[in-house]
Amino acid sequence: MAVKISFKLNGEDVSINVDDHVTLMDMLREEFDLFGAKEGCGYGECGSCTVLVDDKAVNSCLMLAVAVNGRSVLTIEGLAGPRGELDPLQKSFVEKGAVQCGFCTPGMIMSAKALLLEKPCPTEEEIRKGMAGNLCRCTGYAKIVEAIKAASERGCSCGKDS
Amino acid sequence: MRRFTYYEPESLKEAIALLEKNGETARLLAGGTDLIVEIKQEKKSPDHLVSLRRIPGLQEMDFSDGELCIGAMVTHRMIEKAELIRDKYSLLADAVDNLGSVQVRNVATIGGNICNAAPSADTAAPLVALGARLVVEGPAGERQIPIDEFFKGPGKTDLGAGEILRCIRIPALPQGAGSCYIKHARRKAMDLPLLGIAVIIVPDANMVCREARIALSLAGPKPFRAEQAEAFVTGKPLSEEVWKQAGEIAVGESNPRSSFRTTAAYRRKMIGTLIPRAAAVSLQRVNRAWMKG
Ligand SMILES: Cc1cc2nc3c(=O)[nH]c(=O)nc-3n(C[C@H](O)[C@H](O)[C@H](O)COP(=O)(O)OP(=O)(O)OC[C@H]3O[C@@H](n4cnc5c(N)ncnc54)[C@H](O)[C@@H]3O)c2cc1C
Ligand code: FES
Ligand code: FES
Repeated sequence: MAVKISFKLNGEDVSINVDDHVTLMDMLREEFDLFGAKEGCGYGECGSCTVLVDDKAVNSCLMLAVAVNGRSVLTIEGLAGPRGELDPLQKSFVEKGAVQCGFCTPGMIMSAKALLLEKPCPTEEEIRKGMAGNLCRCTGYAKIVEAIKAASERGCSCGKDS
Repeated sequence: MRRFTYYEPESLKEAIALLEKNGETARLLAGGTDLIVEIKQEKKSPDHLVSLRRIPGLQEMDFSDGELCIGAMVTHRMIEKAELIRDKYSLLADAVDNLGSVQVRNVATIGGNICNAAPSADTAAPLVALGARLVVEGPAGERQIPIDEFFKGPGKTDLGAGEILRCIRIPALPQGAGSCYIKHARRKAMDLPLLGIAVIIVPDANMVCREARIALSLAGPKPFRAEQAEAFVTGKPLSEEVWKQAGEIAVGESNPRSSFRTTAAYRRKMIGTLIPRAAAVSLQRVNRAWMKG
């Protein structure tokens, strides 16, 4: 059965008819052509499908599309500013070389975004714990952690190093 | 994924009616981190999913008269962040601390963890140690189930047709209690426990044990209290030696199984090792928990 839902997608109000059993990830990819969230495992293990719902990181492969009715969804495509200026996290991922094949990157950045929204100056341990649900088969994580640290220093006013 | 019809009832009454109407073909949906995975893996095949997300009150935590009441839809993330739980019910904070990932904890609920009744459920042993009572609402009204009567075995609970867990009531802990839950797993993150060890200790002023509770998961077909070990430590000085012996007694009370994840022998050995460790951490926490009043 198709249901009509309305929600905020990357800052814009949208409405759509969606089948009850469709996941948030499939709706984003197939109905909105937003291909940032990717299916790595489909079971909540890898984090490559991570998006923010009401500013909280969730696995879009396990959430039903109908469950975002009335809520706000942010995907990697919505991070850059109106004139295409990159989010500090996107900048530092580029600068630090935290991207290799790139499959995990949108999910990584969205998890990091949620982390920094909640905790602008996380410690390295907090970064590692916050990112535990995102797997990367290429980078070995060191540069990803570095990039998140760099972004937090950019956006952080507490004067603390890490 | 398999097709189903999704409902968002706005009251428990409405949800119960939907369950009654659709019987075996209906399932409750909380955070979906167990159920959606099972539907994708074709282990469950409901035609009707009844979401609890719009029902008022289920996402609330309430602490009054020393009793803590946690709504069934409270997420692990909310528990993780609740200072009161970290201070007074440290073992419950321990249980959610490494449960899945942030993404999982943001949506997964304590009610789902308990009602799914997986032997590996991280909140099970802590809630058994805490003597939680489950408030359940169904076609015949409300009833309360002590948690040790709730679990009936792997994947099985005492919930009857049309019944919904509303909240989990946790009676006040005695003044001066310290507690700890050890999730024994192979990896630090994103892993299910091989064993769950929950300990609560109440010492008196001379560090003699006034009360001890030990609850274990994955040490038998369902979570249980190691009552002989508890009786052994009660009234004794809280020394390492006493807890070592208590650990051995608890091994004798356990009946772990070998699974693809590890062997019964290893689980037995680790029960003896981890109980003294959980007791040591609990003791360290005795003061922290109650200084804050
Ligand atoms: C990647 C990943 C890692 C995980 N890691 C862990 C871990 O480390 N430790 C751990 O313990 N678990 C883990 N889990 C399992 C799962 O996240 C937890 O069991 C979670 O608490 C389930 O809650 P939920 O709200 O998602 O439940 P759901 O999947 O929505 O529901 C689970 C079951 O309970 C029933 N149910 C839910 N709420 C109620 C209610 N109020 N009344 C009656 N029945 C109800 C549902 O019908 C369903 O059968 C993990 C899962 C994933 C995907
Ligand atoms: S695809 Fe969603 S967690 Fe792997
Ligand atoms: S960059 Fe390839 S998986 Fe992370």
